[in-house]
Amino acid sequence: MAKTKFDTPEFRPYPTVPVLKPGVMKGNGPFVAKPDMQEALGFPGELIDDWHDVAIEKMGDLLKKYRSLRVFLDSCVKCGACTDKCHYMIGTNDPKNMPVARQDLLRQVYRRHFTLAGKLFPKLVGAKDLTKDVLDDWYNYFHQCSQCRRCSVFCPYGIDTAEISMAAREILDTVGLGQKYCNEIIPKIYKIGNNLGLPKPALANTLEGLEEDIKDETGLDIRMPLDVEGADILLITPSADFFAEPHIDGLIGYAKVFHQAGASWTLSSYASEAANFGMFIGSYENMRKVSQRIRKAAIDLKVKRIIFGECGHAWRVAYSFLNTLAGPFDFLDTRYPVPQHICEYTYDLIQKGVIKLDKSANDHRRLTFHDSCNVARGTRMGDKPGGQFDIPREVIKACCNYYYDMEPDTIKDQTYCCGGGGGLLTDDLIEIRVKGALPRMEALKQVVDDHGVTHMAAICAICKTQFAKVLPYYGFEMDTVISIHQLVGDAIVLTTEVKTPG
Amino acid sequence: MEFWTAFYAISFYFATFILLFGLGYKVYQYAITPAPLKIPTTPAPLTTGGVVIRLLSEVVFFRSLFRSNKWIWLFAMIFHLALWIVLIRHLRYFMDPVWTLVVLAQPFGKYGSFLMLFGLLGLLMRRMFVTRICYISAPSDYLMLFLLLTIGISGVLISFVTRTDIVQFKAFILSLLCFDFNWQTMPTDAMLLVHLSAVILLMIVFPFSKLLHAPGIFFSPTRNQVDNPREKRHVAPWAVKEFETSPASTTTTSE
Repeated sequence: MAKTKFDTPEFRPYPTVPVLKPGVMKGNGPFVAKPDMQEALGFPGELIDDWHDVAIEKMGDLLKKYRSLRVFLDSCVKCGACTDKCHYMIGTNDPKNMPVARQDLLRQVYRRHFTLAGKLFPKLVGAKDLTKDVLDDWYNYFHQCSQCRRCSVFCPYGIDTAEISMAAREILDTVGLGQKYCNEIIPKIYKIGNNLGLPKPALANTLEGLEEDIKDETGLDIRMPLDVEGADILLITPSADFFAEPHIDGLIGYAKVFHQAGASWTLSSYASEAANFGMFIGSYENMRKVSQRIRKAAIDLKVKRIIFGECGHAWRVAYSFLNTLAGPFDFLDTRYPVPQHICEYTYDLIQKGVIKLDKSANDHRRLTFHDSCNVARGTRMGDKPGGQFDIPREVIKACCNYYYDMEPDTIKDQTYCCGGGGGLLTDDLIEIRVKGALPRMEALKQVVDDHGVTHMAAICAICKTQFAKVLPYYGFEMDTVISIHQLVGDAIVLTTEVKTPG
Repeated sequence: MEFWTAFYAISFYFATFILLFGLGYKVYQYAITPAPLKIPTTPAPLTTGGVVIRLLSEVVFFRSLFRSNKWIWLFAMIFHLALWIVLIRHLRYFMDPVWTLVVLAQPFGKYGSFLMLFGLLGLLMRRMFVTRICYISAPSDYLMLFLLLTIGISGVLISFVTRTDIVQFKAFILSLLCFDFNWQTMPTDAMLLVHLSAVILLMIVFPFSKLLHAPGIFFSPTRNQVDNPREKRHVAPWAVKEFETSPASTTTTSE
């Protein structure tokens, strides 16, 4: 499967036009899901005999359900605008990692089966039959796309390769060729409530341990409530926040903010996961099922608000899809947007002066901020377009004295994916993960060299895990990546007497 | 003589029919296919008015392409702008009397054709010599450029070199528009026949080719959606049917 030996890409002295190296990332793709995992999601256990016909039929079905797919497959003029925009293309130089070439893997079959030109003159218009080779290419290259949507920013027609790769993965699942990593995780949510498979007693134990740690550090009783009925706020956070570094310090940060704001809040053991891998596999049904758990938790716990912790794709599903998939949320307090991002919440408290931050507490750190792709290009924070860029930066700047942005063409809506998004955060894909991180690492290197930046803040569980893993490949310390709410947690001025909630 | 007139007259009717109905069908298909989730590429406008401005900035100024690649933008902009001017100029053959705007466009349209050719050649050069673009090009991508170049070059030759009986040609076109099948004789200069054949071919392939990018951009969910998912539900009819049993829970359907 995955190559164990590969070279970490060299930093490029200046941005160069990628030289094509055809086939360099050709391979078998990530580990294939085992039959029982497949069946748990309602997919065939293994590649079915009539995969060809079923795949074509599924494609036809999706074309009727998704305008994006139909319009995107028709509209591409092969102008080449996207060809140097994908971080995986930049890191690997494999031409099939050019967004348009990745789309063409699906588009060639679309043309052959669903367009007159492709039926009559396949060679002329680049139409191809769905052979086993093509299917293998789908499996391999649609798992080298992190669905980060950077290409969609630059496409003159807004063609979003994420939509194409989601559709491709759904077709692959339908014929029994699912990806192990994603399809192993989703059933854990249904069974236990989170991606980690952390059952309620273990979760309660973890939270108690954290409360003790905070007590040791601050001397204060800062709570991490679980399943508290009647709390005002339900916090939905990625389960990585419960155990992984540096995520866990972010969770401690949220708790300190809630504490200082005097807020009544709770976690839910039933919906102990913000992540929603249903999106990665393009499955409306699974994405909806995971979202419905959050609705149920909110109803059962009789909360008034839902707030999401730091997680990129989770915020996309939450912000853009939750109301559609699991709404309406008219039973919640209508004065607040549903859902809210923890950064929106903290920013608001800073603005109102409810929490005070001592910037000097972070004086040993010099910060930059990595815009997570899903947050940057698929969501918003606050009430203005672009709030998803400004609010996290304002929160960081309120917590520290030294902040430096990376190059303008690598941040905000032009941000590069960390390299591990879209269901690629698995060790069997380590080569593509390391190579895909190249453009972000280059931008980081520059602010490290120019401004002595020591830490890169992020608001995504996947980004944090991915960077902790790949930073060392590029000569950085793994703890260079840090949660925004760790910065908040370190800078927040805690008092025993807290204000009543505003 | 009479054969060519009838041949081109019928071909024009046929091509117009294919273009209008083919395009109409695709637009209908795009319009009835739901967009089940809100997927605008953000930052996105918060209002419909904002979306109109966003779409105009894409359609008129190719904003995203400008951010992406200045060379492609330059050639594409020159080509499309010149194409519009040339098209407006050509309206004079379809009307009598000729609108003032079309009269004013006449000199610009005549020389605009050179700009159009320049843009097309720029795009062709990129397609041939930039390895990334070469890699993604199918034969049809080249043929489309050759077809447009053929139209442009033959048009320029008719205007400036070989000439044709343009008054008689206009009479032919106007007689086509009467739909009384009493066609005026068409001039049969070779270059004119080439020009018209290529135009007819372009009209026919339009609804079956990547020229669908023209209507496509208006239906692109990443560009035409309002950023308001927290305020408004956006459930597609098929999703309601498959998953939501209670109609009360669907406040809005997808646009």
